[in-house]
Amino acid sequence: MSERAQLLLSIADDELILGWRDSEWTGIAPTLEEDVAFSSIAQNEIGHARALYELAAAELGGDADMLAFDRKPDEYRCAPLVELHLLEWAHTIARRWLYEEADQVRIEALKAGDDTELAGLAAKIDREEVYHRIHAQMWAERLRNEPRFQAAVEELWPYALGVLPLELRPELARRTGLRVDSTQAVERGSHTDELEPLWLEMTEVRRSVPGASW
Amino acid sequence: MVTADQVWAALDEIPDPEIPVISLVDLGVIRDVTVDGDTVRVEFTPTFLGCPALEVMRRALEETVEGLGATPDVTVIQDDSWSTDRITVSGREKLRVAGLAPPAPRAAGATTLVQLQSKAFRCPYCGSTATRLENIFGPTPCRSIRWCESCRQPFEQFKTI
Repeated sequence: MSERAQLLLSIADDELILGWRDSEWTGIAPTLEEDVAFSSIAQNEIGHARALYELAAAELGGDADMLAFDRKPDEYRCAPLVELHLLEWAHTIARRWLYEEADQVRIEALKAGDDTELAGLAAKIDREEVYHRIHAQMWAERLRNEPRFQAAVEELWPYALGVLPLELRPELARRTGLRVDSTQAVERGSHTDELEPLWLEMTEVRRSVPGASW
Repeated sequence: MVTADQVWAALDEIPDPEIPVISLVDLGVIRDVTVDGDTVRVEFTPTFLGCPALEVMRRALEETVEGLGATPDVTVIQDDSWSTDRITVSGREKLRVAGLAPPAPRAAGATTLVQLQSKAFRCPYCGSTATRLENIFGPTPCRSIRWCESCRQPFEQFKTI
């Protein structure tokens, strides 16, 4: 598989799996506004995943659904950060904030890159992510002095570093005010135990009737 | 053989699947139409990537071109060429009449929370600008929720992208 296809799948898998995790708040978020916000953010992230899978499918064959649902859990390339099952608000906000900051660093790099097709798609995704960032930054600001939120950020920071390649990590540290030098990142490439249960649920319908048309 | 003008006129009859008061032409998702013999090429530039209506729109474009007796060739453009600035003047007015406040013009930089909280947004029902942001997110990816202090009711605001 080309480096480009690997990159596309890494980002698409991040967006798909995080979209799935965010959708777990639908119906049970602390307020109605957040219920709507998390549902809408999840929908956007999964839309971004679809567009990225389509670019990957042009090279790998198949289509977006096949790439999203027909691979085995160990074939996914998502960062461990997005796999974590976090039904606790401080951790959920910490992840959203850290992920959006990391995602922005990645999007800026793609927009400035030589791959014009990917740069164009990154620019489009960026316009939608602006609203996710406002949401995440608003919450991070609100919870900044709360010990539970601070502890959650500290716990998830090594995972957030693992979202980005080495060369982009200093920029993430600069944006978040956190330290990159003394932290051992939780790297992309291995999975947490929490991916498989998610995968079983996410692919259940597709696996139960292979090849069905909807 | 159909002309490009005939194709544009036919596409202007296709309602947006989720906001049927405006057409796909009003929405600005058709970037170009080219007629080449029996084939009509349509460049379709999607709105929000998470919008479930995108596939419905693409199929409607194909069916409409087939209805003109031509073969459709719909290309989906995956770049940032669609913006809410592409919604036509008549499209904006139709949105407002339907109770959906039209998007603000795009600023030079990224949208900020300060801009979303400014008094630039007008209630589509009573015209007051005494409105406030209730939720950046709404029932579909393209909408926010605002509240009008004057006529005291919520309304949907088309997000600017």
